[in-house]
Amino acid sequence: MVHDLYQETILDHSKRPRNYHAMDDANRHADGYNPLCGDKLKLFLRMEGDIVQDASFIGAGCAISTSSASLMTESVKGKTRDEALQLLEKFHELLTTDVSVSKDLGKLVVFCGVRDYPARVKCATLAWHTLKNALTQAAEPATTE
Amino acid sequence: MSTLSSTAVNAPFDVEKIREDFPVLKQTVHGKPLVYLDSAATAQKPQVVIDAIRHFHEVDCANIHRGVHELSQRSTAAYEETRAQVRRFLHAKSKDELIFVRGTTEAINLVTATWGRKNIQAGDEIIISAMEHHSNIVPWQMLCEEKDAKLRVIPMNDRGELIMEEYAKLLNPRTRMVAVTHVSNALGTINPVREIIQMAHKAGALALIDGAQSTPHMKVDVQALDADFYAFSGHKVLGPTGIGILYGKKNLLEAMPPYQGGGDMIKVVTFEKTTYNDVPYKFEAGTPNIAGGIGLGAALNYIMKLSADHIAAYEHQLLEYGTERLSEIPGLRLIGTARQKAGVLSFVIEDIHPHDIGTILDKQGIAVRTGHHCAQPVMDFFHVPATTRASLALYNTAAEIDQLVAGIHKVKEVFS
Repeated sequence: MVHDLYQETILDHSKRPRNYHAMDDANRHADGYNPLCGDKLKLFLRMEGDIVQDASFIGAGCAISTSSASLMTESVKGKTRDEALQLLEKFHELLTTDVSVSKDLGKLVVFCGVRDYPARVKCATLAWHTLKNALTQAAEPATTE
Repeated sequence: MSTLSSTAVNAPFDVEKIREDFPVLKQTVHGKPLVYLDSAATAQKPQVVIDAIRHFHEVDCANIHRGVHELSQRSTAAYEETRAQVRRFLHAKSKDELIFVRGTTEAINLVTATWGRKNIQAGDEIIISAMEHHSNIVPWQMLCEEKDAKLRVIPMNDRGELIMEEYAKLLNPRTRMVAVTHVSNALGTINPVREIIQMAHKAGALALIDGAQSTPHMKVDVQALDADFYAFSGHKVLGPTGIGILYGKKNLLEAMPPYQGGGDMIKVVTFEKTTYNDVPYKFEAGTPNIAGGIGLGAALNYIMKLSADHIAAYEHQLLEYGTERLSEIPGLRLIGTARQKAGVLSFVIEDIHPHDIGTILDKQGIAVRTGHHCAQPVMDFFHVPATTRASLALYNTAAEIDQLVAGIHKVKEVFS
């Protein structure tokens, strides 16, 4: 019943988010905000050249947005900027289209249930919108609107 | 265990029979019978309202106020009959004091755009309260910005009650308007609006009351309140969306400039000069929401037949029962515990976000609202990003409260 959305991995990452801390030596930051539900997060990246060496976040949100941020930071570590942006595209496709699930997504496939809950898609994408801003260094906070 | 059981809730009318009047309630959602607890967002419509709108489109459809033909006369009579019905519903002195608008939001904007633009000057003050819906904040903010006037806010206490001593201190000779909600949509607080209006008048100010959440739940008498303006929305009182009412005292309405220009709001138009129509038509430019107006009339008729006092008494029992049952749930905190309350059970649960609560309840067929309820300052005051809100109407039952409680236990299980 609700387990198609709240899969074990999602519940686990929402209760024990990974990479949940501020980062002193970050060289990229971005803020994400979903005005609809008040979810807020602050993302930290340490880039070395083109590569995301480390990623972390702090903030408050629902189970979907917190677990998404947690899994996102895990997924992008070690990736190049372009690889991370490509992953974002694939993740967005997973949530919003009926295309078959790409195997490149790894653990992120646990979010496939979100596509059946249109009202919750923004919860899952907040961290990724914020990542895009951090990688492209936009000045404004990312919003889901 | 609860000292109250669901059987202790006694309705002064047959609730099961009332539920039969609401076709939307007879469905399952995600395989479960629908438990609709979001009436503060919009109320469901009884068959008589649906039928009235359908009858208009099938039988009487014509434009109003200008045709000499039979259909136009019928539609005009039906539409204007609603105005007469609203007069009885609010106990206004005259039906000329009732302006059809799209809803409460437009009603408030009409006042700021006409009365406000004409009367507010630099340095004037407008008072609102800490528990207003955005629709009773933003129009006043826009007016204050335009006129270089000052917006002041009556604070509230931790129960979600306005602090009247602080209100008294805010009033001064520069106060022109006090605009407060009768019942808070996010907290359920019933404000002492009669006293608020009296104090405003004593200070030489006018008072506008946002009645969007009061009119579905209690009898309102604008003359007894001595309100200068009173606004409500049709869709919250069992009527359709896109129709609402602004009540204004006739002398005030007559002195106000028109709102929008166009047909129906005029007497004579030449290229040199236009003579405006009398109130209330002066404020009603263009073809209105005729079907919506007729539907609203049917809705008010339905409520008045049941008696607003009976509805209030029944919902009060439901609210007390719901308050007690929810309070028993460990980790649940009610937001808004005013001593005078109507219709709303707003709450947060430790470590579980309202959106997750809302989704899991929805899977059990239970419709609640989650979010900031268009009252972000209220959320900031209680230091929560959002709440889950179960809101009640005359067609809800104690058994549905039990289902909500069971649903919340299920939510806690998922996140345990």
